[in-house]
Amino acid sequence: MSDVASDVIAIIAKKKRVEKPTVEITDRLEDLGLESLDAVEMIFDLEEKFDIQIPYNANTNNPRTEFETVGDVVKAVDALVAQKKS
Amino acid sequence: MTAVHRVVVTGLGALTPVGHTASAYWDNLKAGVSGLGPITLTPANDELTQKVAAEVKNFDPLAHFAERQLSTLDRVSQFAVVAAREAIAQSGLIFDMPLSVRTAAIVGTGVGGQTTHDDSFRRVYVEKRTRVFPLTIPKLMVNAPASQVSMACGLRGPAFAVASACASATHAIGLAFHMVRAGQVDCAVTGGAEACITFGTVRGWEAMRVMSPDVCRPFSKDRMGLILGEGAAMMVLEPLARAHARGAQILGEIVGFGMSADAADLTAPDQGGMVRAMRDALADAQLTPTDIQYVNAHGTGTAANDETETKALHEAFGPHAEKLAISSTKSMVGHALGAAGALELVATLLAVRDGIVPPTIGYLGPDPACDLDYVPNAARAVVIDAAMSNSFAFGGLNAVLAVKKFA
Repeated sequence: MSDVASDVIAIIAKKKRVEKPTVEITDRLEDLGLESLDAVEMIFDLEEKFDIQIPYNANTNNPRTEFETVGDVVKAVDALVAQKKS
Repeated sequence: MTAVHRVVVTGLGALTPVGHTASAYWDNLKAGVSGLGPITLTPANDELTQKVAAEVKNFDPLAHFAERQLSTLDRVSQFAVVAAREAIAQSGLIFDMPLSVRTAAIVGTGVGGQTTHDDSFRRVYVEKRTRVFPLTIPKLMVNAPASQVSMACGLRGPAFAVASACASATHAIGLAFHMVRAGQVDCAVTGGAEACITFGTVRGWEAMRVMSPDVCRPFSKDRMGLILGEGAAMMVLEPLARAHARGAQILGEIVGFGMSADAADLTAPDQGGMVRAMRDALADAQLTPTDIQYVNAHGTGTAANDETETKALHEAFGPHAEKLAISSTKSMVGHALGAAGALELVATLLAVRDGIVPPTIGYLGPDPACDLDYVPNAARAVVIDAAMSNSFAFGGLNAVLAVKKFA
């Protein structure tokens, strides 16, 4: 697993609202019970950790539908990190 | 049980993004004028991600205060005093003895002197200065607007701030209304003030991810969130008998106040809490849902509030909900947070007096989750006997006022 993936998993694991010992790359965000404020806090943590900017408006974006799985979040973060480096 | 009075409004004052007096504000609301524009008030507007707010434009403190006084007055207190003076002037009341000690000054504000807060902390954190201005603390305290209104207007009765975020002014006015109704005071100067379009506060709102980048479109499809506003509105409340005795002009009557707490989520709106506050206001006013023709909605323009408020209106009003004219004046003046409820009660009182409902501007078309009549884009003539003004705050604190046409 990449460093990004393990960092993303650690951040999401802090925000999940279901009893589950570990967060897997294949887990669906919906199944982890993330609520609206949890998503905003998760995005903040990701931005701070990776020094990236994630465009997100709680009125129009729904992380549960835009990012189905933890792996989708990892991909999005990977892309933003790569974009920052280039 | 003390005396129970009918409570009337005999003076209004407003300082808003669409007008510096209550009458200018009302004329622009009826005309559907937007008060939104570029953020200009912070020391680093260009660094902000958010570019738009509803500022009180062209406000010149020196037109209202001596330069020496300004070292004691944060922008939020300046707003409160200017609006209070306007309301008192319209009422014609002179607060000499004994009325002075029998008059309350109750002012809602969400966060107090944020400009002072930001400027002072910028000095110590950014500029590395070792001292801040001497009156930093009494300028930024949340009770400063209430204290300054009391001092500027000579009001020596109960005076204090009410802080319940976006419901602050509605809680303040409701409390003042109950005190006048019960005969606890003979008069009240009450309302709300907010001035928090500062670098730090806007950054805080950015982090919540609930602001629209450009336009506030309450209840509309494709709405993208709220727009921050600022301003103040104040009013003079007194018992009907006193107003009659002195031949005062009566602008409207406050008849009910309801409040509730969600005791649920910190920020997510709660239908049950909203419904309880609306029902409590109706019961306090001895009105039934079918007595109401107009609701000035909380209507922030966020996805969550507008959908939840619509459901709550359905639940509280039943089939009559579909007959209500509902509008959000936040579409024109943004969300003035702790002042919002006062700005909106002024709009509600004048809507009732004139039989004109101000519009919800920026409305693009129906959202299936918001299926009521939001008076889109143009004011409408409606005969109004009674109306309601809703305020629902972060922290799950809800406050609702009911008013009647004075007859």
